[in-house]
Amino acid sequence: MRADPPGRADAGFARALEGWPPPVLDPAGPYSEPVTLLAWALFIGGTIVLVVVLAALSVALFGSSGLKRRLGGEKAIWIGGIAFPVVVLTGLLIWGLSLTSHLAAGKPTGQEMRVRIVGEMWWWRVHYLDRQGRETVRDANELHIPTGMPVMLELQSADVIHSFWVPRLGGKMDMIPGRTNRLMIQADRPGIYKGQCAEYCGGPHALMGFLVIAHTPEDFARWKASRRPAPIVDPVARRGAALFETSGCAACHVIRGTRAQGLAGPDLTHVGSRHSLGAGILPNNPGTLAGWIADSQAIKPGNRMPPYRQLGAEDLNALTRYLAGRQ
Amino acid sequence: MRSETGFDPELYARFPTREPRPAEEKDELQRIWCAPKGWEYLTVVNNNYIGIYYLGTAFLFFLLAGVLALLMRVQLAAPLLDVLPQATYNQVFTMHGTVMMFLFAVPAVEAAGVLLLPQMLSARDLPFPRLSAYAFWAYAVGGLCFFASLFVGLAPDGGWFMYPPLTSKAYSPGINTDFWLLGIGFIEISAIAGAIEIIVGVLRHRAPGMSLDKMPIFAWSMLVFAVMIVIAFPSVILGTLLLEIERAFNWPFFDATRGGDPMLWQHLFWFFGHPEVYIIFLPAAGLMSMIIPTVARAELVGYRLIVLAMVATGFISFGVWAHHMFTTGMPPMTTGFFSAASMAVSVPAGIQVFSWIATLAIGKPRFNAPGLFVMGSIVIFVTGGLTGVMVALVPFDWQAHDSYFIVAHLHYVLMGGMVFPLFAAFYYWIPMVSRRAMSERIGKWVFALMFIGMNVAFMPMHLAGLMGMPRRIYTYLPGQGWELPNLISTVGALMLAAGVVLFLIDLARNFRLSPGGGNAGNIYGGGTLEWLPTELYSTRSIPVVTSREPLWYDPNLAENVEQGRYFLPRSATGLRETLVTSPLLAEPQYLQIMPGPSPWPFAAAIFTAGFFLALTVQAYGFGLTSGVLAVIAVLRWMWDTDRPVAMEGVDIGGDIRVPTYMTGPATHGWWAMITLLVVLGMIFVMALFSNAFLWSNQPAFWASPPAPADAWPILALELLGLSAALGARPLLRRGVLASTGAIIVAAAALAAAVVVDYRQWTAAGFLPEASGQTASLFALQALQAMVVLIAILMAGYMAARALRGLVTRPSNNTLDLTALFLAYAGGQGIAGTLFPRLLDIAG
Repeated sequence: MRADPPGRADAGFARALEGWPPPVLDPAGPYSEPVTLLAWALFIGGTIVLVVVLAALSVALFGSSGLKRRLGGEKAIWIGGIAFPVVVLTGLLIWGLSLTSHLAAGKPTGQEMRVRIVGEMWWWRVHYLDRQGRETVRDANELHIPTGMPVMLELQSADVIHSFWVPRLGGKMDMIPGRTNRLMIQADRPGIYKGQCAEYCGGPHALMGFLVIAHTPEDFARWKASRRPAPIVDPVARRGAALFETSGCAACHVIRGTRAQGLAGPDLTHVGSRHSLGAGILPNNPGTLAGWIADSQAIKPGNRMPPYRQLGAEDLNALTRYLAGRQ
Repeated sequence: MRSETGFDPELYARFPTREPRPAEEKDELQRIWCAPKGWEYLTVVNNNYIGIYYLGTAFLFFLLAGVLALLMRVQLAAPLLDVLPQATYNQVFTMHGTVMMFLFAVPAVEAAGVLLLPQMLSARDLPFPRLSAYAFWAYAVGGLCFFASLFVGLAPDGGWFMYPPLTSKAYSPGINTDFWLLGIGFIEISAIAGAIEIIVGVLRHRAPGMSLDKMPIFAWSMLVFAVMIVIAFPSVILGTLLLEIERAFNWPFFDATRGGDPMLWQHLFWFFGHPEVYIIFLPAAGLMSMIIPTVARAELVGYRLIVLAMVATGFISFGVWAHHMFTTGMPPMTTGFFSAASMAVSVPAGIQVFSWIATLAIGKPRFNAPGLFVMGSIVIFVTGGLTGVMVALVPFDWQAHDSYFIVAHLHYVLMGGMVFPLFAAFYYWIPMVSRRAMSERIGKWVFALMFIGMNVAFMPMHLAGLMGMPRRIYTYLPGQGWELPNLISTVGALMLAAGVVLFLIDLARNFRLSPGGGNAGNIYGGGTLEWLPTELYSTRSIPVVTSREPLWYDPNLAENVEQGRYFLPRSATGLRETLVTSPLLAEPQYLQIMPGPSPWPFAAAIFTAGFFLALTVQAYGFGLTSGVLAVIAVLRWMWDTDRPVAMEGVDIGGDIRVPTYMTGPATHGWWAMITLLVVLGMIFVMALFSNAFLWSNQPAFWASPPAPADAWPILALELLGLSAALGARPLLRRGVLASTGAIIVAAAALAAAVVVDYRQWTAAGFLPEASGQTASLFALQALQAMVVLIAILMAGYMAARALRGLVTRPSNNTLDLTALFLAYAGGQGIAGTLFPRLLDIAG
């Protein structure tokens, strides 16, 4: 049984995409909230400065001669160009520095949930870790977290540089080959949070999305408990399981508990329970799943999965049924 | 300091001279400086021509890259459009950024320098006209071929900052990336050539009496610009070399699996890349500071503060590069430093903005086309500066970085800081080079369309970024609310383009180019020397400068200059010549004989382009031939130079006599060589940095180098080379043979040192493909080998001149410069021998 994420899968995905209110200004946790506050302070302060400069420019252009005379000297430069920025910038710098060290990830303390996420061209491996950093569950393209708990992400790359960014939960952090970068995120409210690769990584970089699903701690416990291979009951799905191994799918994908152990593509053990397909770009339903299998190149050109146009309707249906049941 | 060179400033009182000049003097000047006809136009070297060609070509690239921008805006107007397929879009945005930054912005400001500086300083030309011609042709031919790669689908697609490993062979196997790396090679060459030209020109070719504090602000800005190029470009030169070597020969500089590090590229690229922004901005700010006093009809307020601000910008800009890397996981201490520096750099920008406003305030500003563009530029630039302060704050940058917020920010800065000032400059200076000024009426429309279009296009991008839209995406999913801001941006981009098209129409109607054939003149009432009556030889005579706006303070100046009542009213030697003055107070020092038209710079440029392009498409035989021909062409063009005339000293007006040939540290050639050596030194320092960076970041891949003590034969050879090079100059007093012999010994010793050093490393089991350590180590050696190869060529050239009896005694410029270069090669060799051997011990 699937743990209940907020809302139906399709609706949840659509809601996650919504860009209004702007995610950067609509924080959902303690690693994004202070930045939003800073952002508002910067926008308001910046607007005031812009208005002042425009006013000065207007005085210079249209002002009375008395006003113009006051503005027209080195004193204006010393006040407007030197003294004012130095004072304001010093204040901002102190705020920025203290916020930086407050938000930056340190060493694991044992209090947080740990996950390793590895960027791939053009999807994400997700490895849930225990407190000691040992791998527990593998998944792809979606991250489930409990609300109210800090999550430390260990970010790596398998190929080129990617950047992990879920704006409502925190800032972004690059995934650089040969390095492990740490990023803290936390969601204080249940929901689905959209992310996207922010460092240009070639080809379909534009279509490399990611979802974070935050559950209440109870729901999260239920979700975690449901992470075991589901039995195959329906005969059509059983045929799909056989096809999965014979048609080539198994060469690139893992489905735990079966002979499908390919490592090149995303782990599909729980693909049926995902909210999205193609790395956060399609809602997950039998139609999109079948469409993705038949010709993912038409949906996400350049991705590493070849099209399976040769599959007949019945085969496609069987495969879809099988995969949709992997929950 | 009353006098810098022993020149008596009282002598300036002799000018303007009274007695009339013979009429035929002016005819002779015209004859000497006249341009070749027909096909021979390709051989012109005069800055009036090269400057216009240069600016025109840069503007062409602005238009081409602008068309690419429009294509992108159409593709992004709605979600999931298929106007540009993914692969094309990725090439198009890469080319848009690359062409705008490398083929438009830098060359455009450099071209403005080539065109305006001699006029502003009242020099007859820039110090090395043939170098200008070469730099221009290499840029024009190379740039156009590079752009054409787009039409065959081979354009680079890794983004303008080309991060490896995406751009490494493994993930970009095609030659697209090589096109980028080699295409950038031309720009590097022309930028460095231009920088040398400008440094020497600004410091040594000013009109007498134009001390540094009387220099036009634009000259100051170009001086800072050129010095910044000299410091910053070596980093990207080295970076592109390393990446190309990694791609071609599999040396793993950036491959983390073999002890390289992709972060090394980011440091090398941004150490260039951020100063680059100020490299573009400062000259444009200099243009603003020239135009605003004229628009306001008032002296610039805070001249000294502006100069200080420009120099400060230059310094601080070298401490901000890592603000492009706040999301790479640098420790908070490091990001804190770069955050502080990035905020600090806004102070000098603020100084300039308030100086402009204050200048407008004390004057009576006119709302003519240049005036509108400078005012618009202030508004746009300030907006971009404010978002710049925002992204300088690390936590905010974690959100904004690589999102459309940054796209908005950078376009505000570059449009306000460079494009609008450049358009102001077009309107302002076109009367100087064209018989007709631009239309004021159409100019207002152009401004309105561009200003409104710019804001409509880029303002919504701030919001798109906050809505989570990353940059460099070829499409986006519907339902994210990104549709509206993107559609508005597209509409704005089209408005902006309409403004540019209107400008082009006006340009086609009104631009009448006729260097030497008259111009519209000083219609705005500018006060600086470029508004004197000029012909191809620049001004008839070279005035004595006593103020910053000489034309405002001496109403008779134009007439007196034109009547030849100042310095050099004629050609003293019957050749092209200009006055070289001292760097601080601009006291007359000697007469520089200048080269005339020549086909060889053009030929050298064509073969240089052939060399790079053939290497890109892996036609190695053709490439090599081209390279050799390019070297021959360069040597051939230099062969005519450094020939003293038979006159010891000549009268340059007012009975003041200066020599026609000088050697030693005061000469323009010496200054240029020192500048070039700084460039080479910076390339080498960045290579040392690469070695040390990989050492500290990839210790697991580090092998112990051979013992430093075993390096003594190499060091001995290098010391021999160094001392022979240093001895060559004094030896010339004994004889040409002894001196040339010393040069040849030096070159031979240095070449031997390279071979011995290479064999010692390979004997110890080091191979370049093995690891980041070995790759960066052999990169040091490759650099040294390249420098020594050039040194050998120079020694051969020197020997050939000695055989032909062209080496003057007791001193000679060609010998001086060859010896300097060899001495540098010796010094670099010693550093390169010791550094990688001592590095491990230091740790």
